[in-house]
Amino acid sequence: MPIMKGNSMWKYTFIRLRRNYLALIGFAILLMLILTAIFAEQLAPYGFADQDYMMIRKPPSAEHLLGTDEFGRDVLSRLIYGSRISLQVGLIAVSISLVAGGAIGAAAGYFGGKMDNLLMRVMDVQLAIPTILLAIVISSALGPGLFNLMVAVGITSIPRFARLMRASVLSIKNMEFIEAARAMGASHLRVILLYILPNCMAPLIVQSTLSVANAILFAATLSFLGLGIQPPFPEWGGMLSAARPYLRNSAYLSIFPGLAIMITIVSLNCIGDGLRDALDPKQKR
Amino acid sequence: MAILFTILYFTPGDPARIALGQEVTAEAIEAFRAEHGLNDPFVVQLGRYIYRAVFHADLGYSYVMKSPVSFELASRIPVTIKLAFWAVVFSTLIGIPLGIVCAIRQYSLLDSLTTLVTLLGVSMPTFWTGILLILAFSVHLQWLPSMGFGSVSEMVLPIVTLSGSAIAIIARITRSSMLEVIRSDYIRTARAKGQKESVVILRHALPNAMIPILTIISMQFGMLLGGSLITEAIFSISGVGRLMLEAINMRDYPIIQGGTLFISVAFCLINLSVDILYAFIDPRIHVR
Repeated sequence: MPIMKGNSMWKYTFIRLRRNYLALIGFAILLMLILTAIFAEQLAPYGFADQDYMMIRKPPSAEHLLGTDEFGRDVLSRLIYGSRISLQVGLIAVSISLVAGGAIGAAAGYFGGKMDNLLMRVMDVQLAIPTILLAIVISSALGPGLFNLMVAVGITSIPRFARLMRASVLSIKNMEFIEAARAMGASHLRVILLYILPNCMAPLIVQSTLSVANAILFAATLSFLGLGIQPPFPEWGGMLSAARPYLRNSAYLSIFPGLAIMITIVSLNCIGDGLRDALDPKQKR
Repeated sequence: MAILFTILYFTPGDPARIALGQEVTAEAIEAFRAEHGLNDPFVVQLGRYIYRAVFHADLGYSYVMKSPVSFELASRIPVTIKLAFWAVVFSTLIGIPLGIVCAIRQYSLLDSLTTLVTLLGVSMPTFWTGILLILAFSVHLQWLPSMGFGSVSEMVLPIVTLSGSAIAIIARITRSSMLEVIRSDYIRTARAKGQKESVVILRHALPNAMIPILTIISMQFGMLLGGSLITEAIFSISGVGRLMLEAINMRDYPIIQGGTLFISVAFCLINLSVDILYAFIDPRIHVR
């Protein structure tokens, strides 16, 4: 390994990451997806709700690259707009669970005792319910809609972040620099945010990446079951669900949205695995 | 038992905000609420629910079907259990050997291929796997039916669909757990005293690698019980999952509560039995 100036953890991580070609492919795909989502208006040949009754369920052609659906809407355009929803849900849902889970875990780990017991038992109870089931129950209670979907998906992965955060806090909080910070008069909040948090970023980042993949998958599943985004808004899972009656004659309607979901999840999983290896070189695979 | 109680506490909390149909009159809603005791404070409702569930095994009445929830559930549970059980068996039987082979031949072509396939496996949405399988085997090849769960041929596609991601996860864990064990001293000792390679792997290495594998299998069982909702929806299987989905569409909260409760309790029981199983596999762990 070459000698570097300012040899921070992040620089080493970046160098290790550059050798992992799967993670690089993942990053490339994710970048493309993000650009697609940002420039959806410019990229999509048609609007996501434009209906053309002369072109109902036409297979892929030069005019409609991925064909048209049961209302004569262009599948490619709907997929492009759908990337917006999926990425939004993924990011915001994970932000919800990261902030809530992180706060719970940090409080439990830092203060210990009764607080720790109470908070972590609540988390244990939530873990007793299979995550997808919990997401379904919460979103059925909240009702359909983009924001409710994000909340439902976000809540389900709170315990995972809480446990992770608690474990990292426990391993750090008795170190001397924390004691020094306290001795200098830093408040509990300041110690947690400025001294502890930066030192547990690595596992949190890995978990966040993998959770975004999970969140997108859950969002698609909920929409597939009719609990997430409602038509005409193009959500990949919802598109798959709408395509089911036409499986026999228009199979392409079922194939492309699923492919879009899978590519997104694969890229995020590659990045997550790559980051884990890069951030923690001691861990064997 | 304490965990069970807390789940009970948690589960009815979510759907407690009742939303009835829009077309009914205010008086009808009021009567309905009074009949089911929905006007009582949350704590009273919750207490009553727990009391009845624990002491009378009574989960209330379905709002829509007017029959006891426990009765509705009882008729559906065997199907869901059967589906999840066979999916676990199937994914274990494929996942563990696959992981072992990959660990023995690390970095071989088979290993990289499996890594790639497992990556795709964890990334495929269950419902899409199911749709693709229906497309291939029911629509095009016409080998297997796409609906129901009675005969063996009807069971194949749902089980394969449900086990897809579980196979991938089990194979991954088995591989990494075996890799760790294979490098240890006692494996070298076993080889040095001239044991056959198959005996070394199966009798010396595998039992020592079993704990993380078992953990992940028990976690997968819970995921599969939850995932059966989706599989049951795709293949029109009348199990607990479909009952719950119908109940969600009808806002039939007692059924949703009962179903969630059943799956959570089953999940806890599985985790408990796996914890006990650890002691048999690993003598270092004592049952206290």
